[in-house]
Amino acid sequence: MPSFDAIVIGGGPNGLACAARLAMKGARVTLLEAGPACGGGAGVREFAPGFFAPALAHTTRGIDARVMAGMGLERHGLRFHPALPTVVLGADPLTVQRGKTAGPDAAAYAALMAKLGEFARVLAPFRGLTPPRLTSSGNEWGKLARFGLGIRALGKQDFREFLRMILINVADVAEDELSDDRLKGLLAFDATLGAWLGPRSPNSLILLLNHLACGLDNLLPVGGMAAAATAMVRAAEAAGVTVRFDAPVAQVLVTGDRAVGVQLASGEVLTADKVISAINPRITFQKLVGPRHLDAGFFARTAHIRSRGAAAKLHLALKTAPDVPDIRARMVVAPSVRAVEDAFNPVKYGEVPKAPVLEFVLPSVHDAGMAPEGCHSLSAIVQFAPHQPKAGLEAARAEMLQNTLSVLDNTVKRESILHAELLMPQDIEARFGMIGGNWHHGELAVEQMLFLRPLQETAQYGTPLPGLYLAGAGSHPGGGINGSAGWNAAEKVLHE
Amino acid sequence: MNDLSHFETPLRQTPFHARTSAANKLNRWGPWAGYMTALCFGDEAMEHTAIRNGASVYDLCPMVKYRVTGPEAAAYLDRLTIRNAGKLPVGSVHYTVWCDDEGKVLDDGTLFRHGAEDYLICCQERHFPWLKASCAGYDVQVREVTEELAALSLQGPCSASVLDAAGFDIWGLKPFRMQRFGFQGGEITVSRTGFTGDLGYELWMTPEQALPFWDHLFAAGAPWGIRPIGTDALNLARIEAGFIITNMDFIPADQALREDRARSPFELGLDWMIDWDKGHFTGRRALIAEREKGSNWALVGLDVPGNVSAEGSILYHGKKREAGFITAAAWSPSVKRSVAIAQVEARYRKGDDLWVEIYALRELQYVKLMLPVTVVERPFFNPARKRQTPPARF
Repeated sequence: MPSFDAIVIGGGPNGLACAARLAMKGARVTLLEAGPACGGGAGVREFAPGFFAPALAHTTRGIDARVMAGMGLERHGLRFHPALPTVVLGADPLTVQRGKTAGPDAAAYAALMAKLGEFARVLAPFRGLTPPRLTSSGNEWGKLARFGLGIRALGKQDFREFLRMILINVADVAEDELSDDRLKGLLAFDATLGAWLGPRSPNSLILLLNHLACGLDNLLPVGGMAAAATAMVRAAEAAGVTVRFDAPVAQVLVTGDRAVGVQLASGEVLTADKVISAINPRITFQKLVGPRHLDAGFFARTAHIRSRGAAAKLHLALKTAPDVPDIRARMVVAPSVRAVEDAFNPVKYGEVPKAPVLEFVLPSVHDAGMAPEGCHSLSAIVQFAPHQPKAGLEAARAEMLQNTLSVLDNTVKRESILHAELLMPQDIEARFGMIGGNWHHGELAVEQMLFLRPLQETAQYGTPLPGLYLAGAGSHPGGGINGSAGWNAAEKVLHE
Repeated sequence: MNDLSHFETPLRQTPFHARTSAANKLNRWGPWAGYMTALCFGDEAMEHTAIRNGASVYDLCPMVKYRVTGPEAAAYLDRLTIRNAGKLPVGSVHYTVWCDDEGKVLDDGTLFRHGAEDYLICCQERHFPWLKASCAGYDVQVREVTEELAALSLQGPCSASVLDAAGFDIWGLKPFRMQRFGFQGGEITVSRTGFTGDLGYELWMTPEQALPFWDHLFAAGAPWGIRPIGTDALNLARIEAGFIITNMDFIPADQALREDRARSPFELGLDWMIDWDKGHFTGRRALIAEREKGSNWALVGLDVPGNVSAEGSILYHGKKREAGFITAAAWSPSVKRSVAIAQVEARYRKGDDLWVEIYALRELQYVKLMLPVTVVERPFFNPARKRQTPPARF
């Protein structure tokens, strides 16, 4: 029976980052990936013969700088294409890059993004912190004080503005600061991307600040999203991590009130001093640990970590390039704040929106080989899709696809579509082990952030079961292809 | 009563109400778990005397009851409660408690094992959400059966003789064991349990059997002066026996509003029940931490000088520093002294230099007494007949 210092469950960016960090500190680490390839949300999928698309996430706001440098990802081949500009599609398309844009609101938008960028800058350090406990001991007080002072150092005016805006909804901000519907729609779309919130839902701005704190640009790795995973696997292996594929874990083994290893679905048993789960926290506790080793209250709460997903993934195989101003850009279809809100409202009732909002990129433009010569693959995130469709999955998927193609009618000619694939939240749940199809492995919302993520008892990466840790997107600071949660978890484990 | 008129009868009547109301000469009723329950039928002293010297009958129907069934009932209860439910033999009963994740007591109660996969929990408070949440991952069913069972508590030194006269041969029944008997074509269950610290039995039946059984029992018990008793007399008897009651001697953790009100099994003197070796149970990790770190509170029995009840009084160390408070107290007719159950800060558990400040009401005027108290073992009253098998015949 092989024994290790640590077993990491799940080969997504967080699992890889965590495993690599531990191995670099000398630990003997085995990483167990359920599928044939690592990457989690950063993968590639051949959705039609010769047509490839990012399996789930199609851009990143950037890999966590600590992960990038610590794992030497550049050395292992991770490069990025120049940052993708954003084009807001419509009758009069508008190009946006960071705060720079054109039109009547150009100055107002620059000012707003400068302000939000400042807020994001002072919030960013908290992403690399073990969330504080509401007790007097065990916190990183020095860092907390420093980061807190960082917020205060915004100056009186901006600090006041920060406090006013931190829990506000993004629709109010858009209405207050902008007049151009295209920019208002973009702001509303970006804030609610991947969330189960509409722009008028409380606290929606903080999600935008979180995106900005990850990075100001939408980035695409050279070679596609899967290339990021490939580089991370290489780096992890170089650090000494044993990466095993097709090794789904069936159970966390407990002896003497301590996690001592795992049993694979194949029956094979691996033991380790520490078991670190970088997969969904709900699945970790409900399926891998089970009730017998957990208190009833905690176990019940793990079943109720809110995890509704509303983002669907659309893949189109195209004969010809779509009709867009900048084929390299990230295209956004979100005509107004109202349009985003209207797209959200139906999912509350398990219905499909008439006019979904979406963003898409063309991976085949950036990397050869993603589509046959002359053809294109299109990867879109379409919102909002019901995770519990009233009409049933198949009917909802068909309706969602039709409504999405209608929205794209001016951009993508129907006759150029060779193949269309739409992944509903339920499909995403089944394929990626994301409960409810939520990309963050648990909704990223104020009530599930920081020391409440995923639950108060397990927000510092440790769990009530000694020897078991969490390291996935379900933990602080949440998802996105960046490896932050995994790195934080490793730091916490090393610190103990 | 319909769905819209339930508020007109906020308290339900037990299946014995026709008899208890006829016997309740004082018409003194109190609420208990949503039911009308007799506080005193006529004379508390006589009712207490029946408990200690004859045969007394208490209507137990309002006691909250849950039936736990299924292949994993034992595993479920081992995870729920601190005691080993798997080791409880079929046909037996034990006293137990269950805790929340923080190791604070939610309730205490008695656990009856009717079959390998069939248990009954009897307790003071309602816990369905907690019991249901605890089911997740277990092949087990939990159902509240409070209304499906009627029960009487027959207590007193003559209770065995009364049951014998009623046609039930209970002479071989040991404490905390159960036995089934036929009754008028049906069946009733007799358990040798009770809340008086005396010889006594609890009699379990269907609501339909309630009135015929009452009449049968009272006819059989007449020669021993069998009489119904109210909650006041029972409360006096349980204080003598040193038993605690949820929401009187401690606040259930899920009801406590103030953070420092919840109590652990250690703090209630119930840690002797914890089975540390049975595997994980809810609250275990918190209790291990408490075992290592020490507890904040202790529950003690007190001997109080004089004859004034110390109910609700505050305890002091060296007459000055607040050290705890009394949760139940009475002048005990059985041991002829004033006794009390108290919560004290753990460091005062030995009782050195411990004083009680009693406000004694003497003809409309409170007189303040500061009396030295002694920590003594519970139960205060502990007759051998409680355990004796077979019990004495009278």
